[in-house]
Amino acid sequence: MPEIGRLLIIIGLFFNFIAILSLIRMPDVYTRLQSAARSVTLGTGSIMLSVFVVHGFSATGFKALFVIAFLILICPVCVHALAKGAYQSKVKLAEDSVCDQYQEDLKAKQNQADTTPNL
Amino acid sequence: MKSKIVLFLFCLIIWLGLNWPVNSQWLVAGVLVSGFVAMITGDIFMHRPHIIVHIKRYLWLFVYLIVLLIEGIRANIDLAYRVLHPDLPINPGIVKIKTEIKTEVGLTLLANSITFSTGACAVDIDQQKGYIYVHCLDVESQNIKAATELIAARFETILKKVFE
Repeated sequence: MPEIGRLLIIIGLFFNFIAILSLIRMPDVYTRLQSAARSVTLGTGSIMLSVFVVHGFSATGFKALFVIAFLILICPVCVHALAKGAYQSKVKLAEDSVCDQYQEDLKAKQNQADTTPNL
Repeated sequence: MKSKIVLFLFCLIIWLGLNWPVNSQWLVAGVLVSGFVAMITGDIFMHRPHIIVHIKRYLWLFVYLIVLLIEGIRANIDLAYRVLHPDLPINPGIVKIKTEIKTEVGLTLLANSITFSTGACAVDIDQQKGYIYVHCLDVESQNIKAATELIAARFETILKKVFE
């Protein structure tokens, strides 16, 4: 079992390394956020799974399982909050972005609010 | 009342897992604390507590976890390829997808699984109209239907069976 644990730790370190590399290489906030979050979730989850494999059903192993569950639940929620906050404080998308359908809808909503009389 | 009981059991299970070799002191403390928490916040925990006993939903939840894991590993390998590639082959943009899930838990889990296991990340949700705005790393289609098929369809069908 320790061999499987070591293999999982190596996989986890690889994906965490990818996350750091993507933080450096990606062009804007949104791409950085999502690529970092995705790799960190899998990488740290893999390291925690290796803790569970090595320790088995003991106090430490159970805590590692809970860490995995909360990581998968909470990490994407943080990313949603940060991305929406960045968008609302008008952080621009990268220059080579293809489309922005969110802004079109927000503008449509704004126009509607402007044209309807304020009673 | 049912919602309070469900929250009490949920808190107690997490507490016992955190202090695994159970002894009587931890058990008494856990019952007291989770009873207190359930008494105060029990009403807002679940809106439809009767669905907790449907066995079929748990089976679909298990299927969902397996699909989530496989798709997550695939998306991460894809991301690793893109990041390690010298030219950085990304094509970012925000697209809109349509979902038919209405419940809050279902929408949250759908957005979570989109962020974790496809090449995209949810930015905002319009709950009334059922739109999710998604920031894609590689935009393959700007059409709503095609984008929904590509990004959300595989999780949506399963999550509908679990939470609707």
